[in-house]
Amino acid sequence: MKKLIYIFLINIFITNYSSALIEVDITRGNLDPLPIAVSPLHVDIKSEKYKEINVKELGEKISGIIEKNFKNTGLFNPLKKDAFVQKPDIAHVKPRFEDWRLIKAQALVTGKLLISGDKLKVEFRLWDLAAAQEMTALAFTTTPSNWRRVAHIISDKIYERLTGEEGYFDTRIIYVAESGPKTQRVKKLAIMDQDGFNTKYLTLGNELVLTPRFNPTNQMVTYMSYFRNMPRVYLLDIETGTQEVVGNFPGMTFAPRFSPDGKKIIMSFAKDGNSDIFTMDLETRLVERITEHSSIDTSPSFSPDGKFIAFNSDRSGLQQIYVMRSDGSNVKRITFGKGIYGTPVWSPRGDLIAFTKMHKGRFYIGVMRTDGTGERLLTENYYQEAPSWSPNGRVLVFYRETKSGSKGEGFSAKLWSIDITGYNERRLSTKTDASDPSWSSLLTK
Amino acid sequence: MTLKSNLKNILLVIFTTLLFSACSTAKKSADIEGDVYTGKETVEYLAAGVPDRVFFATNKSSLTTASRATLRKQATFLRKNKNLNVVIEGHADERGTREYNLALGERRANAARDYLMTYGISGKRLSVISYGKEKPVNPKSSPISWSQNRRSVTVKVN
Repeated sequence: MKKLIYIFLINIFITNYSSALIEVDITRGNLDPLPIAVSPLHVDIKSEKYKEINVKELGEKISGIIEKNFKNTGLFNPLKKDAFVQKPDIAHVKPRFEDWRLIKAQALVTGKLLISGDKLKVEFRLWDLAAAQEMTALAFTTTPSNWRRVAHIISDKIYERLTGEEGYFDTRIIYVAESGPKTQRVKKLAIMDQDGFNTKYLTLGNELVLTPRFNPTNQMVTYMSYFRNMPRVYLLDIETGTQEVVGNFPGMTFAPRFSPDGKKIIMSFAKDGNSDIFTMDLETRLVERITEHSSIDTSPSFSPDGKFIAFNSDRSGLQQIYVMRSDGSNVKRITFGKGIYGTPVWSPRGDLIAFTKMHKGRFYIGVMRTDGTGERLLTENYYQEAPSWSPNGRVLVFYRETKSGSKGEGFSAKLWSIDITGYNERRLSTKTDASDPSWSSLLTK
Repeated sequence: MTLKSNLKNILLVIFTTLLFSACSTAKKSADIEGDVYTGKETVEYLAAGVPDRVFFATNKSSLTTASRATLRKQATFLRKNKNLNVVIEGHADERGTREYNLALGERRANAARDYLMTYGISGKRLSVISYGKEKPVNPKSSPISWSQNRRSVTVKVN
């Protein structure tokens, strides 16, 4: 048993995939969230002190994060702990299923942890209370300072087991932190955990920065900066902090994103009043022109297989969304609805494109199939744009601005998220005003 | 009879009120013509009688007759001041997506630059930068302030 706990991230118990077990359907809005009891993780009394961490409370803190993650999905209803009927250590070994059913729980999460020799060892189990059996279990070891991530990883595993799809909790969001009056906004790159914790600023705010986006491995970020009053696309290594300009363009480059293999950056280059789409291979430095049109072509986004590119262009008058092959051939307009369409972003699952729509002075975030059919508007507001996908393709994060008065009063910019079902719209907590969010992929797979 | 004349009076009052309110709205929108700002409120001057900026319609980068007149004044000013270089800033209002607005600002600044060049100003003296919707001059969320923010501004560099 003890040996097994040392094995990082592998299932140690036999998992039962019987189809009779509970399942959560995430393909539609869930008005009847699954009641789930998250027992505090039992803290082994042999646990040693570690830096600033309050070891005694760690079990409750981790279960608290799991509960918050679940609540935010709108799919689960974490039950209040004061009704819990069993001590965490006993429940983890052998839950009394009847007692948990009495408090109307359908699923139960139990676990335990031990800090020893600068290592945090955690295991957890997910129980189906109606079927009176264990659904999944996992044990892993990490450094104690990673304890919040432990909670997110457990959340992901449970979400995956109950919904049949990957979770999105052990992820981060990079965004632009905003402060100051509307006419003199100070903007910094910021990164935080998906739940708003561990905010770090990556630039100082000396120059305007916009539209950061992660590479597939989440170590690099491409963004736009006005460093030395030269608006250009930059590449930033988050770990080392090194930055470089992408390419050597004689004018503004903007709207950058990575290709799905992370090898190229796709972006717009503006010259003489005309913006076209280009790619640059980060290894060979080879620059390729993708579109050549006298209109504004921008906001490019690759399909996850790398074969297609969605972008917006005003070649037909006002902004519309187009799809083309990744070499720029076979350009097809896909939006024909009333209004202006922009910021297409291909879902990581490949089946949908998220977009911003402007119509009669209102702004919408929506999704459509990749041929433009099946448009669904998810949310309407005074101003909102720039959707970014959760790694499992179920949730969109975007930013929303409010109206302001003659001195700029009342103005705010905040991050919001919404399920692609159109349900569960909620504001993400950020330390400052925020815009241009980009959601990472899962940090641990 | 009295009822009728009373009614007449009431109608007259209503009519005059309508007339007044029509006047006041007309006054407010007098600074916008076909979606383009025509007022002077935010304008600064490169020299006496030489406005520094021109305004655009929503999503457009075409120059109005008034904008051309302003740019001709700028061209005359730049011809007289041969050692002066300028940067032309292009801006958009807040009612568009960020990335498109960056491109739109660049297109507007270049529309002004092209016009100055046709009046004999060397392109070498005219650099261009787009700020998209990032630097509004008027922070209010209203049609008039948006029209003031849809602009290109000629700024002296040296």
